[in-house]
Amino acid sequence: MTVRERLREKISAAFYRHGLLCASYPVPIILFTSASILACCYPLLRLPLPGTGPVEFTTRVRDYTVPSHEPQGDLGERPDWYRGPPVAYIQQVLVKAAVSPWDSTLVPVDVFRSPLGRVFSLLEEIRNHVHNDGSGVRSLEALCLQVTDLLPGLRRMQTVLPEHGCLLVSPGNYWQNQRELFDSDPDLLKTVHQHEPKGLHTSATLRDLLFGVPVKHTGVSLYSRKRVVTYTITMVLGSYDARFLSSLRARLRQLHPSVNCSLREDHMVHVHFKEEIGMAELIPLVTTYIILFAYIYFSTRKIDMVKSKWGLALAAVVTVLSSLLMSVGLCTLFGLTPTLNGGEIFPYLVVVIGLENVLVLTKSVVSTPVDLEVKLRIAQGLSNESWSIMKNMATELCIILIGYFTLVPAIQEFCLFAVVGLVSDFFLQMFFFTTVLSIDIRRMELADLNRRLPAEAGMPPPKPGPLRPREAPPPPRPSPYTITLQTPAFRNLRLPKRLRVVYFLARTRLAQRFIMVGTVIWIGILAYTDPAGLRTYLAAQVSEQSPLGEGGAGGLPPHLGVASVFPGPGGDPASTLSVLPAPAEPTPLPENQSQGHHGAPREGVPHQAQAPPLVPQISWGAEDEEGWRRLSFRHWPSLFSYYNITLAKRYISILPVIPVTLHLSPREAIETRHPQDTRHPPPPSLKTNDLPADLTLYKVAALGLAAGVLLVLLLFCLYRVLCPRNYGQNGVAHGRRRRGDLPCDDYGYSPPISEISPLLLRGHSMDIECLASDGMLLASCCLAGQIRVWDAQTGDCLTVIPKHGLRRSSSSGCWEQRDGGRVFDEDEGYPLRRRTTPRPALFEDQPDLTPLIDTNFDSQPPSHLLLTPPRDGFDFGGLVERAYLEHEPPSPGLTASYPSPSPPSGPPPQRRRSLGYIQPPVPQGQGTPDWESAVWAMELRGNLIAAGRSSGKLELWDAVEGSLRCSNEDGVSGITALAFLNNRIVAARLDGSLDFFTVDINKPLGLLQYRGDNIPPSPCYSSEDVISCQLTRSVQCAHQKPITVLNTHTHTYQVSQCGGQDGAICLWDVLTGSRVSHVYGHRGDVTSLVCTTSCVISSGLDDLICIWDRSTGIKLYSIQQEVGCGASLGVISESLLVTGGQGCVSFWDLNFGDLLQTVYLGQSSDGQGVRQLVVLNNAAIVCDFGSELSLVYVPSVLEKLD
Amino acid sequence: MADSTVVSDQQRSGSGQTNPSRGTYIAVITNRSTTLVIRGFMLFSIGVFLALVLNLLQVQRNVTLFPPDVISSIFSSAWWVPPCCGTASAIIGLLYPCIDCRLGEPHKFKREWSSVMRCVAVFVGINHASAKVDFANNVQLSLTLAALSIGLWWTFDRSRSGFGLGVVIALLATLSTQLLVYNGVFQYTSPDFLYIRSWLPCIFFAGVITMGNIGRQLALYECKLMSEKTHQD
Repeated sequence: MTVRERLREKISAAFYRHGLLCASYPVPIILFTSASILACCYPLLRLPLPGTGPVEFTTRVRDYTVPSHEPQGDLGERPDWYRGPPVAYIQQVLVKAAVSPWDSTLVPVDVFRSPLGRVFSLLEEIRNHVHNDGSGVRSLEALCLQVTDLLPGLRRMQTVLPEHGCLLVSPGNYWQNQRELFDSDPDLLKTVHQHEPKGLHTSATLRDLLFGVPVKHTGVSLYSRKRVVTYTITMVLGSYDARFLSSLRARLRQLHPSVNCSLREDHMVHVHFKEEIGMAELIPLVTTYIILFAYIYFSTRKIDMVKSKWGLALAAVVTVLSSLLMSVGLCTLFGLTPTLNGGEIFPYLVVVIGLENVLVLTKSVVSTPVDLEVKLRIAQGLSNESWSIMKNMATELCIILIGYFTLVPAIQEFCLFAVVGLVSDFFLQMFFFTTVLSIDIRRMELADLNRRLPAEAGMPPPKPGPLRPREAPPPPRPSPYTITLQTPAFRNLRLPKRLRVVYFLARTRLAQRFIMVGTVIWIGILAYTDPAGLRTYLAAQVSEQSPLGEGGAGGLPPHLGVASVFPGPGGDPASTLSVLPAPAEPTPLPENQSQGHHGAPREGVPHQAQAPPLVPQISWGAEDEEGWRRLSFRHWPSLFSYYNITLAKRYISILPVIPVTLHLSPREAIETRHPQDTRHPPPPSLKTNDLPADLTLYKVAALGLAAGVLLVLLLFCLYRVLCPRNYGQNGVAHGRRRRGDLPCDDYGYSPPISEISPLLLRGHSMDIECLASDGMLLASCCLAGQIRVWDAQTGDCLTVIPKHGLRRSSSSGCWEQRDGGRVFDEDEGYPLRRRTTPRPALFEDQPDLTPLIDTNFDSQPPSHLLLTPPRDGFDFGGLVERAYLEHEPPSPGLTASYPSPSPPSGPPPQRRRSLGYIQPPVPQGQGTPDWESAVWAMELRGNLIAAGRSSGKLELWDAVEGSLRCSNEDGVSGITALAFLNNRIVAARLDGSLDFFTVDINKPLGLLQYRGDNIPPSPCYSSEDVISCQLTRSVQCAHQKPITVLNTHTHTYQVSQCGGQDGAICLWDVLTGSRVSHVYGHRGDVTSLVCTTSCVISSGLDDLICIWDRSTGIKLYSIQQEVGCGASLGVISESLLVTGGQGCVSFWDLNFGDLLQTVYLGQSSDGQGVRQLVVLNNAAIVCDFGSELSLVYVPSVLEKLD
Repeated sequence: MADSTVVSDQQRSGSGQTNPSRGTYIAVITNRSTTLVIRGFMLFSIGVFLALVLNLLQVQRNVTLFPPDVISSIFSSAWWVPPCCGTASAIIGLLYPCIDCRLGEPHKFKREWSSVMRCVAVFVGINHASAKVDFANNVQLSLTLAALSIGLWWTFDRSRSGFGLGVVIALLATLSTQLLVYNGVFQYTSPDFLYIRSWLPCIFFAGVITMGNIGRQLALYECKLMSEKTHQD
């Protein structure tokens, strides 16, 4: 026991150190393992790939001897399968025959009838050939391969293929090798075709077998252009006798000399066939693999508690697979060639090696204490499991060793592989998988850390600025202030079914993948079963279809294929039969015994003389030398398989072909003609010869075209059915969103509506006019001129900057303001007067003018435009009057209060938003000069508040202390919009001009001089700094009409956009002050403008939200909103847009323009519209409702961003 | 026939795969006898499938590259053989957990689906070896297969009850097959009686072990469902 304990301790310590090593240097170790895997797999390159075609080996005919069974070391290039005698020797007689000269009286059938007829005499010749030399008499009967029955399933071929005798195949087999049957056959083509299989058949067909050449090359067709018929007589010989074969060769050559034939005759090719997998083997194999995959699935499913399950599962599988490859490679390296079928034993090897260790390792590492360092965790996990791993390993090795001593060769080989595989698997587990695991664990801890950090560091960093670390969302408390956006997946659930189906198909690309897989499988099957025959098959399809297709309904109408139906009325079979001893037949039969000497060919010369130059030329080329190569490589196996002889793992020897050239006279052709033959179409001229093939092509092309058109139409219809009609512009009118009235789009999908109660920031006494934020702080300014600074995180009010000199006009009940001017009396204790409404009836009954006034503040009735100079403010009287009139029913008393809204008088520059409240009733208040200085625009950056006043004065306030830091009075026109970049302020004025200011901060200690671009992006101003503000550049007439919105984008901080009252949106370069681009999109004012990195979103008085591409200035699409609520916009993330509505905010998907969700804020805010909306960095949305600010969080967006 | 029982074993493992997905469904039904029937049916179908497939494995690979009747060779043996194997596998698969329950020693060793899969794969491998590997003589074949079968039992089962039941059933099955053959009801495809007799018992034993493994796993799953249900109640 002590030994065991000590061993255990040692193993554990070793594993611990190893774990430390792996976790410390993950990348080098992974590189090392990859390199060793590759090195071990390198010998595999020399192994032949499984499933390739047959292998060839060429020897010389002259000194050929049957190879012995013992391997001979001296012949290096001799393949190891070339041992022992072959299954058979194949001797082919390649016959090329033509009727020459061809004259016009001949019918197409003559092309092949008489040449085919000659096969019988040739067969006779071959069968009867006897070679007689000193050693004895040999004939084909003695040498050929004797076959017995066909396989039971091939009864239908019994009439065609030979049985119980020599395996000798030729086209004559179609007619049982009887000339009489051939001559009485009315339709040769039909006879040939009736044995063809129906449908797609890629392996060797009977026609290939009998003709011995690919169908295309036979020339047995009505439309053969060359008029040369080619076929072979294939003799399968069981034993090789060189003298008999050479005498046969000489005899045939003597009888039918081929003049221009220069085929090489000195090489024989041995073809070795691979083992083939039939269905019987395939089914168990597939079952095994299914079990294997189930095993892998169930194993890897148990991996848990890691960052990426899939990654680890993949690593586990890779470990096992590469260990197998390594074992095979190593075994090959040491000269152990695998004789087992790799595909068969592979699943068992995987199962033996197993994934267990990997899983145990993972589990052990994962279960170590989380707070440990990653290195230590790995090491500890490894050492915990070290003992069991080693024990398992030893057990498996023992079992395998036992298996090795069964002394069965196959099992021994398997065990050898398994041992090597086990060892390499152990190596890979220790080095590869452990390292991957350590990486994964580290990633997970990082993710954990990231998730935890923000919660801890929730305090705002002391230095505010755009570049400070992203604010964590207030801890994901399930507070009522948070809005949870539904995930897209859930959104899909609410889609109609058909769309869901289509979306599913589109998302998973099922159809595409299915087609791809199908294509690959199909190609694979074709290539696997018939690599060589594929082309010939396709070619044959085309060439063969033409006669077949035309036979029924061809382009040549009068002679439709009635021939086969006719019983053969006329004709004189006797005469055809009598032709049998053809006049051209050169040799008398008795001479068919070669005696070692040959008579001079008697008829050879006449044949040549007969051939005029215009006749079809019979040419012998190199491709005829090994014509069998053009056949399917399954040709020979299938021929032998009919007789239950397998060629798998065996080889055959193919002897050089014997060429035979036959020239037949037209007379002979006519004499052998069957009476039915003339019923066939007349001899087509050369021109029409081309026609059928081309016609087929045309037909195919036309069909393809028609199918394509049909497909396009179908797809179009499908598109129309499935896609929205106004796809391009998402201008779905959503109608007015009201509670209980769910808007829905074309698909019946209604975006969800929810309601939350926001965090309310109260404190302002009047409606909030400006809202600015830099993420940390939130500044708001109300109509009363009071500026409040809030903490955007908590909602606490930090600073109140009261409006000095604010005085209530007791007579009108409106606020009258006295400009504090340049003199700021610092009495902080100025009592903030609450709005004690003197005439509550007025305020309560006041119609809700907010949407109207908010959006229309600058627009004026055209009639008034002419009256008033633009600089002098605008007449809101008519507008207000109209608004009041509209709201007359709810507040009848109001009209009485303002019986005569005075037309605008020249002097006072009007306040912007408060105007609607103030101006009409208090004409006398306007006279005071202090009046004008209302805050029209405000911007917050760092701790500086830039406030633009109606008097054209730009002020910089300290947000924390509430003190005025600087002011600039260069302009006189009211500032309508402000943009505050690092040290630049862009101010848009009422007169349409654009001023660029530079803020200089001079530290009193002279530490730093912030100038230009070196200013850090987050300027922080301390109270001692001297801040000055200079006008650097002014662009007059930037817009034709007053600029209403101004926006800057901080990502690329040279672009600023502004939208004007003329509906134009301009993009400006902040640094140079030049205009970048300029687009028109709205029919009224541009009221709001935001931008993301890729697009600009604008909304206008026409309640249209336009989304523009930022770089090109092209309108992407627009969203029509309900009336009066398109003024406020905010972008939460790149793809999420928030708009304010009547008591609610809506979320839009920017990519598609879809309304995602509508959230009502609180109970009471139903009637009030959101006029200002600011999105803070931490995905909080601040919007104003009257005098209150609402703060809500959208935490789900942040998660998505991460 | 022996191989067919083996086949049935394998099929059982296949059913194990489908089981988790059906879990909720079963929970809905949650009737003890119903689950028993479902379990039995699954085992039966697996048995039939495996009988067919493994029979094919045993068909001696003859010459034919394209035997025209490959599919029909699947059904070459008598029609009643696969159902018999299915029934046998169902019985065995139900018997094993039952005996465990009676003996009061629930089987705890490697109770997970991956192990079951591994067991089935090894079982098929044993079949494969008996069909494809050329042994010098029948004794060697018998010994090898016996060693493999016992190795299978040791790796995946290790329970005495499992071993005993396996031996008993294997002997009974071999005996019944021999009786059937002697009575002429049935004939081996291979004329060599000794050859078949040498591997038949081992294959039967391995098949029984595998089937028992699957049956136990299925029963375990069912137990889990039951306990969950009681918790819910």
